[in-house]
Amino acid sequence: MTTADTAPVSYPFNMPESLALSEEYDQARNRPGLLKVRMTYGEPAWLVTRYTEARFVLGDQRFSRAESARRDEPRQSEGSRDGGILSMDPPDHTRLRSLVAKAFTVRQVENLRPRVKELTHELLDELEAAGPPADLVDRYALPIPVAVICQLLGVPAEDRPRFRVWSDAALSTSSLTAEEFEANREELRAYMGQLVEEHRRAPQDDLMTGLIDARDVDDRLSELELIDLCIAVLVAGHETTATQIPNFVLALMDNPGQLAALRAKPELIGTAVEELLRFVPLGSGAGQARYAMEDIEVGGTLIRAGSPVLVAVGAANRDALRFDSPGTLDITRTGNQHLGFGHGVHHCLGAPLARLELQEALSALINRFPKLHLAGDVEWKTEMLVRGPRVMPVGW
Amino acid sequence: MTWQVAIDSHHCMASGVCAGTAPDLFALDGTHARPVNTDIAPDERALDAADVCPAMAITIHDGTEAIGPRP
Repeated sequence: MTTADTAPVSYPFNMPESLALSEEYDQARNRPGLLKVRMTYGEPAWLVTRYTEARFVLGDQRFSRAESARRDEPRQSEGSRDGGILSMDPPDHTRLRSLVAKAFTVRQVENLRPRVKELTHELLDELEAAGPPADLVDRYALPIPVAVICQLLGVPAEDRPRFRVWSDAALSTSSLTAEEFEANREELRAYMGQLVEEHRRAPQDDLMTGLIDARDVDDRLSELELIDLCIAVLVAGHETTATQIPNFVLALMDNPGQLAALRAKPELIGTAVEELLRFVPLGSGAGQARYAMEDIEVGGTLIRAGSPVLVAVGAANRDALRFDSPGTLDITRTGNQHLGFGHGVHHCLGAPLARLELQEALSALINRFPKLHLAGDVEWKTEMLVRGPRVMPVGW
Repeated sequence: MTWQVAIDSHHCMASGVCAGTAPDLFALDGTHARPVNTDIAPDERALDAADVCPAMAITIHDGTEAIGPRP
């Protein structure tokens, strides 16, 4: 067991303008014990890169998210991301999660599949009519999850340009000062607060109305929790999926054999999406540090009570101890319990919806355009928590 | 009074949400979650876990009556 304090290495490792997993993760995964890292802001943290340990830390209640609010949390930008539900522990976390969980179960979400399928075909018709080259992000990847989450939550999809700016800033890692970060959050809260008031006056058949009832009738959450929960659902409900759609297309273009296999056997879309979720490291780096609430040994390192741990799920998803040929994209891979949606109490609430959208979006696109190809340079998102194209010109 | 806890292993996606919510009631030590004990004393957290399971794989019975997940 190692407890020696060595100088922390600079983190995150990944380059923003690519989907590659940094080689520094291989080194971290293969060395005994955990690596100590330091991000631009906040205190140094232990970095977990192996699958077993990642699942252990994310799944064990002795690691706390709520503690981060009382500490100088490791982070990429100055402003602290007081992330609402993502910064809570049970039982507070359970109370809020249970209010929204029912809208996102596999069963509920399956009801949306016909509408999502229809939407993909409408958007592809429009793309075809407009002709190549077209920006896959703006004309396809973004409109799908935005339309779905807006309808589900009760937000006008026409407001997409407005909340895209706020949402970008919420996930930004750029040099936003703490004040700018705060100002952005307050604008978004004001916008959502106004929508909540409109829903109070005229209840709808949507998630926001359900949450308002939970507050006004059952007193199960505060007004601020209500607004922040709606914001969390809106932001988390579109940005990640919208980013992964072009990422998955790029990963398949890089692996033409796998793309051909998927076109030949469309029924493989389920396992293909799981494999892409494993294979594509979405994040620029691990975030959402977990604080050890007592001394705990993890992977040969003694984590002292009060120390933060960062879990790099992208690296854990390439752990050869858990996955055969981890660096190979294999759309027929079975037993693929990847950590692409995280693990434990904060396991992605929207995972069933994300799966459905990714399956439908990818399937419809590659089958409509057998000669889909890049038709210009990809412009990458930079200074964001998620990596992927900001603009991706395609032809067919 | 005893409640019965069951997890449908076909539906379970091993998200770890239940074991994270109530580790004394649920364990995730294999490919699927399992109840630590199938018969438990009434415990609100068992219903919470059934409510938040993303796969709706957990059911709680009080005798013959299904009480979780809650509608």
